[in-house]
Amino acid sequence: MYKIDSKVRVSAKVNSEHVQFLCESRQSLLEVLRDTLQLTGTKEGCNDGNCGACSVLVNGELINSCCMFAVEAEECEIETVEGLALHGKLHPLQVAFIEENALQCGMCTPGILMSSKALLERKPNPTETDIREWLAGNLCRCTGYDRIVVAVMNASEKLQGSRRE
Amino acid sequence: MSKLKPRPPFRVVGSAPKRADALEKVTGRAQFSDDFYIPRMLHGKTLRSPHAHAIIKSIDVTRALSLPGVHAVITGADFPEPSVKRLRLGEAGYVDVQDMADNCIAKSKVFYDGHVIAAVAAENPHIAEEGVDLIDIEYEILTPVMDVKSAMADGAPVIHEDFTPGAFRAKTEKVLPNAGGLLLETGNITTAFSDCDIIVEREYTTETVHQGYIESHITTVQWDMNGHINIWTSSQGHFQIRDQVAVILNVPMNKITVTPLEIGGGFGGKVSTYLDPLAAMLSKKTGRAVKMAMSRNEALRATGPSSGTWSKVKIGAKSDGRIIAADLECAYEAGAFPGGPIGPGIMTATSRYKIPNLRLKGFDVIVNKPKIMPYRAPGGVQSNFPVESLVDELAEKLGRDPMELRVQNAMQSGDRLIMGLPCPEFDGKALLSKIKSHPHYKAPLEKENQGRGMAYAFYPHIGMQSDAKLTVNADGTVQVCTGSCDLSGTRTSLAMQAAEILGINLQNISCSIGATDAIGYTFMACGSRTTYSTGIAVITAAKKILSEMSGRAALIWDTGSDNIEFNEGEFSCRDNPKKSFTFKELASRLDETGGSLSASATVSPNDIGVQVAGHLVDVEVDIETGKLEILRYTAFQDAGKAVHPELVRGQMQGAAVQGIGWALNEEYFYNEKGQLANATLLDYRMPTSLDVPFIDTVILETPNPSHPFGVRGVGEVSIVPPVAAIANAIYNAVGVRLTSLPMKPGKILAEIKKLKEH
Repeated sequence: MYKIDSKVRVSAKVNSEHVQFLCESRQSLLEVLRDTLQLTGTKEGCNDGNCGACSVLVNGELINSCCMFAVEAEECEIETVEGLALHGKLHPLQVAFIEENALQCGMCTPGILMSSKALLERKPNPTETDIREWLAGNLCRCTGYDRIVVAVMNASEKLQGSRRE
Repeated sequence: MSKLKPRPPFRVVGSAPKRADALEKVTGRAQFSDDFYIPRMLHGKTLRSPHAHAIIKSIDVTRALSLPGVHAVITGADFPEPSVKRLRLGEAGYVDVQDMADNCIAKSKVFYDGHVIAAVAAENPHIAEEGVDLIDIEYEILTPVMDVKSAMADGAPVIHEDFTPGAFRAKTEKVLPNAGGLLLETGNITTAFSDCDIIVEREYTTETVHQGYIESHITTVQWDMNGHINIWTSSQGHFQIRDQVAVILNVPMNKITVTPLEIGGGFGGKVSTYLDPLAAMLSKKTGRAVKMAMSRNEALRATGPSSGTWSKVKIGAKSDGRIIAADLECAYEAGAFPGGPIGPGIMTATSRYKIPNLRLKGFDVIVNKPKIMPYRAPGGVQSNFPVESLVDELAEKLGRDPMELRVQNAMQSGDRLIMGLPCPEFDGKALLSKIKSHPHYKAPLEKENQGRGMAYAFYPHIGMQSDAKLTVNADGTVQVCTGSCDLSGTRTSLAMQAAEILGINLQNISCSIGATDAIGYTFMACGSRTTYSTGIAVITAAKKILSEMSGRAALIWDTGSDNIEFNEGEFSCRDNPKKSFTFKELASRLDETGGSLSASATVSPNDIGVQVAGHLVDVEVDIETGKLEILRYTAFQDAGKAVHPELVRGQMQGAAVQGIGWALNEEYFYNEKGQLANATLLDYRMPTSLDVPFIDTVILETPNPSHPFGVRGVGEVSIVPPVAAIANAIYNAVGVRLTSLPMKPGKILAEIKKLKEH
């Protein structure tokens, strides 16, 4: 017989804010982000680690949040799409995605933005091939990737420019 | 044929403003179907058949109901008789409502792996899943029928004792125990083939493929105390979801409100209801709102893919290149219930060429797979692949440039289509000439085993009903509300059309999608119709606004409304040019001249327009492994007037890459029991960013006379040419003709080996 009271308390940092939540051990980080913390910007596309729509950064590492248990997030720093824009100012990736029409339905967009952020943190000046290889874990069915690759290239240039200033 | 009157240059249409919905989407705030929550809502999960074909002997839900946290269980027995027999459903034409109801939840028999048998509502999705596992079912397993050839064979197991043949635009008759059929003929092919100097003929197969939208099917439903059903979901047509739920549940249509949420991709696959009637019934039983979401596994196993096909095509020409006869037989999977895309599939098979003697024979074949749903240019890819491959082969045999042969035989406006209607205005020859003169066409290929291929496609876009309402506010801003779901930026392309007419800046117009109780009936976002048809509704309502406002100006200036002129955003008095109002000034005076202003328009353009596209592709084949790389890709398409050229480009690129996936990777793989063996996005292999190059685009703008700005539908046709273009490129590269999809490395390698052995 299933018991409902088997919840675990987890402390973590989400988008620079300390949070505590109760979760069942079987709940994924994705589920807790969306249903418990109401950060619904992170999307579920497949729930089995194949589409990348749920991509978030955990301690700076890119992960599929559907494949991580929420209890594993104890003491972790998590970044989601809601944390990309700082103080109301869009991240250069967000600006580039809007300017380049790098989204259509927008369902894969949050995951692709987080994945691209992880790429640019590792490789500030990626080539087209670098971008295509890195984003191969994020499926987009609408755009054919063309404008997405261009947007990431443009954002990389802007970030480089702002670093030089 | 009507011609567009010369008009002043466009002010807004043709520019590329930022999309209105983009900011919410890049910040994660846009509300998709799964982002909608109601306090105390329950979660529903379904029990699905693991068998492709079986009789349900018994269902026992006792153990499930006794699980703490489970609130209700429903089965097919909970559902009433549908209220009507047939319902019009988008591009699918009229569909049998009992079939639609049975597709949502099986009654006595299951027809495919993944067919719903029962559903559970519980405190959370995990408990609901546990509840599902506690339902006991006894089956009598029947032999599954998994492909068109075995379903059409003598003595094949009969899937439905009786069925209503599908009516996908054209009437289909029952011709075999498991198949409907459609025959279109013109001229006399028998005599024509005997007059031909060259005949090419082959058989082709394609596999079942899925639309692959990233957002699965999700709905939240509340059946309230007054018996009113509220549904919050994403779909391509909330009015059609309402109508389907109403007839399935036998509830009046005015007792259902569907509120559209952001849609995470559709491509034709979100025109049908699946979960809404189940969630409604669970809500009725529990008195709570119920959310249901399909897992990816469920979406792949049980929502509408596009047909796998078998076809046999024969084309004959005179030695001067005139194609005078074609005979096409194409069997499309219908899935578990009749109604696959044979109509548009066979009608568009050869329609881009003027061929005087034709026989097009389509079969709509019932098999134990999920019910086929439209997928971008339904049926078009499957019939274009054989024909464009054979036209290439014909060109080679005639010693002609494949492009010149296509130009020579191209269908033109006014030529008779096979249904007898004259072909609507378009310019296929201009498109083909554009390809021929493009640098890509002449660029040298650099290495061995590289090749170039081209294919040409023609697909209609539809009209159908749309409703729009415009409201002018006192500050001069305008709200546009329509009934069309926004799949990829249509709120922007509709607002742009309003801005063009009203002479105001786009920033002063907002555009929303009204729920079913807030706006008039609007047909679904399908058939490349939204920017076209709903655009006409917006333009019509905007013109009403201008005429009303002219009347108000006349009232203020104490003159007749025929004395008012509207030019470049200004109302002025013809006989006293000193008197003028900007749109904003006049808007601020509406209150004193009779009250604020809104105007609605319901339009139903019956015209079918033409979309044409031609794609050019360079490939390199690794002859050791059969692996193919796409080196360069250029898509050409006639958009009519491109309202927002960047969004048009996005449609072309997205469609091209879906076509590339169809050509090279994607297929449903069923095991011998009829179970889908690749129901994950790892194994159902859609293109990734690494699989494709940049997709270059060239947009032509041959105006469509049936739209005030000359707009054509653009969403569909570019999925059609990639398959044949790649097949032709493979032949050009390594000399083998692939006749079955997907053209995966193993198949290419096997053909190369065969060629070497000969």
